[in-house]
Formats: sequence, C-alpha cells, structure tokens
Amino acid sequence: MTTTVDARGLSCPQPVILAQKAIANGKFPVEVLVDTVTSRENVRRMAEQLGCKVSITQQEDEFKLVIAK
Amino acid sequence: MPADFLFWAAPQSREVHLERLTKFFASRWGIILVGAIIGILGPMLQKLGNPPNMGICVACFERDIAGALGLHRANVVQYIRPEIIGFVLGSMAAALLFREFKARAGSAPIVRFVLGAFAMIGALVFLGCPWRAGFRLAGGDLTALVGILGLVGGIGTGVWFLRSGYSLGRSQKTYSAVGWILPLLMVGLLLLAIFKPVFSEGGPIFFSESGPGSLHAPLLASLGIGLLIGFLAQRTRFCTMGAVRDVILMKDFHLLSGFGALLVFAFLTNLLLDQFKLGYTAMPIAHSNLVWNILGMLLAGLAYTLAGGCPGRQLFLAGEGDGDSAIFVLGMITGAGIAHNFNLAAKADAMVDGVLKVGGPSTFGMVAVILGLVVCLAIGFTMRQKA
Repeated sequence: MTTTVDARGLSCPQPVILAQKAIANGKFPVEVLVDTVTSRENVRRMAEQLGCKVSITQQEDEFKLVIAK
Repeated sequence: MPADFLFWAAPQSREVHLERLTKFFASRWGIILVGAIIGILGPMLQKLGNPPNMGICVACFERDIAGALGLHRANVVQYIRPEIIGFVLGSMAAALLFREFKARAGSAPIVRFVLGAFAMIGALVFLGCPWRAGFRLAGGDLTALVGILGLVGGIGTGVWFLRSGYSLGRSQKTYSAVGWILPLLMVGLLLLAIFKPVFSEGGPIFFSESGPGSLHAPLLASLGIGLLIGFLAQRTRFCTMGAVRDVILMKDFHLLSGFGALLVFAFLTNLLLDQFKLGYTAMPIAHSNLVWNILGMLLAGLAYTLAGGCPGRQLFLAGEGDGDSAIFVLGMITGAGIAHNFNLAAKADAMVDGVLKVGGPSTFGMVAVILGLVVCLAIGFTMRQKA
C-alpha cells in the first residue's frame, strides 16, 4: 500500500512536514514528489534520520523519493 | 568531510565533480564551513569600513538601498550596499552552474509582500536582522541576546502554525524571465552604485555623508564578499531562521550548526581584529530597550517563518529564480521606506552629556509592531489547509 505525498511547489519546510506525517502513519513505501533539490535533500535527510531507506529518481526537473522502512 | 576537496585532483567529468561538491555542501561539514566563512568575512567587512557590529545586516543594508533611492529620507542610512547585490548574483551564479536555476512564482505573492514589509519594520525596531543579531552578539553586544530570545519566540509561533497546516500554497514553474527580474534589478542597482548619477538637484541617488550609511567597505570588497557568500549560501541553503525552526520543528541541528559556526568564528575574528567590546547599554547602533528588542524580533521572526526564510535566504532564493522570494525582498525594501518615513524605526542608545539616553521605537513604532503581530497572526490562522 503506497502512500503518495505531492509536495511539488510547496516551500520549505512543508515537504518535510508532509513526508514526516506520512512516515508516522506507517503505510510504506511512502512516495514523495518534490521539484527542488533543496526539498529533495531536506526530505532525504529527515527520512534517513528516522532510520528509513530512501531511493531517489529524477523525472525531468522533478524528483520522486521512495521511502521504505 | 573536508577531505572531499581532494577530488579536484581526480580526472573525472565535470558532472561528477559538481555532484560531489553538491554532496559536500549538503553535509554537516559543508554548512559549518560556510557558516565559519561568513563569520570571518563579516567582521572583516567592518575592518574594511562597514558600520560597527554590522559586517553584514540584510535588513539594514536593504534599508540603506531604500534610502539611496529616496524611498525614505533618513539621511544617515542611505547607500547602495553591494553586499545585497552580491548575495543575489552570487546565488544566481551557483544556481546556473549547478543547474538549479528554476523560475517559479505564484504562491500568494501579496501575502509575501506584506510579510516582507512587517519583517522589515520588526527588524528596524530591533535594529537588525538575525544575521546582525549574530554579529552584534559576536561583537559583545548583549542586547542581541534579548533580540534572539524574541526571534526564537517568533519562530516558535510560526512553527506552531506550520504544524497546524499553515501554507501559502504551491508555486508554479514559470517563464525563465520571471526568475531574472530581481537579479537584473540588482545589476541596475550596481550600475547606480558605480556611476552615482544625480537625477535632479538635491535628488537621488543619495549617499550618506555621516552616520552608518557613510560607513562602508570599498565597493569591490563588498561586492566580492557578497558574491562569494551568495554562491556558498545557495549551495548550502544557509538560513538563520531555518536554523532555529528546524530545531523546534524536528530537532534537526543541521542549519543551526552553520549559524553556530558563524557566531564562533565572528567572535574569534572580532577578538583578533580588536573589535570585541562587551556591554549592554550604548552599544554601536543598538538600543537597550528590553521589551521592544524582544517584540521587534518576535514580529520579524514570525514573518520570516511564515514566509519560509530569513532575509538572507530570501535573497538567495530570489537568485535561483524564486519570484515569490523576490516579492518578499521588495516588501522588505518598501517596509524600510515606510519605517523611516513614518518614524517607526528605533533610535539607538545615546550618551548625552555623559548620561545614558536609552533608545527604542517611537509610539508609532510600537503601534506598528503590534499591528504587524496582529496581521501575521491573522495570516497564520486564516491560511491553513486541512490535512
């Protein structure tokens, strides 16, 4: 059961807050869509600090982070 | 790790080099290094001529620009500060080089303008942005601690709104030209700073002949240091508001370690340059009015948090194409005009015949801060999305 968080166009720190809430819900994997490198790095850092695994794919100038426990 | 710098020796493609640099700048060591560099360069700018405990102050310098253009007529704070120009253009250079320049806009611009204006009014009641609060503290000015207390309170309030769903909505990807507008405005300012045209008798461009506006490092030094800091801050996302926000929001000390490095290295540089002077009253371009130091920074901190970045960070974001941050910057410059035209900005402590005259804002300034707090709270309460 995949949870998808569309955080494109949202400014700091909203992508992180939304991703954090999705992780807390515990429905993995959590997919997070972002459109800046800043948001990508912030979400990745937060997820890794929570002990999750993060894989990132780039689609044109957007990023998809797949967060797994 | 700093050892990552060694990669330049390796024969690899440009892309790989850039990617590794990006990783380094995103690391803990990256942000600490950049905080330390800013901490050293700030006091050096003072040595080169910038006002005391004002190596870099984004709010004060934007206020000086407003004055130079004649948007206010406080004749002691008028100068086109090349540091601000450098911040935007340095960030743009970094964003272009690393392919992160991306024009975007449309996330409640009018709200960002208002937040910028009130952020400036709050900053001018304290007499500095968070950057200057750091440089004031590192120069021994203990009133900065009081301001930082207010700043933390304002950011904490903003975090509460963020947690309860506050959002200014999504920005949209847009024409590249949108992202170029503020950088080009900065190029225009640079030309005005270099050629100093006089547009009419007794008219702009104004350059202070006394007071803080008359104190400045040589143009090339200010511009060069501004460009360097803009470049590095774009890479590391250095943000003084984010530093506090991330700790309150999620116990993330990443950005705070950068601001901490700024404080430590600015303190050490001040000691070395003999610029450290410990005190609470009559400190350079500061006042010791406890309540209004707190409330001014409380307002500014809340406005920065609701807008998603400290004044410096807004310049760096504008440099990488963020049109909404550019609007915040224009809001701050407008706010500076309002603050001085309507006598809202605080007066510094003064020694009159050997007697301390404690400074602070006028009654108008006090009312403006309260009004600003009410407006910011209204923005916070009414702009929340239900999860």
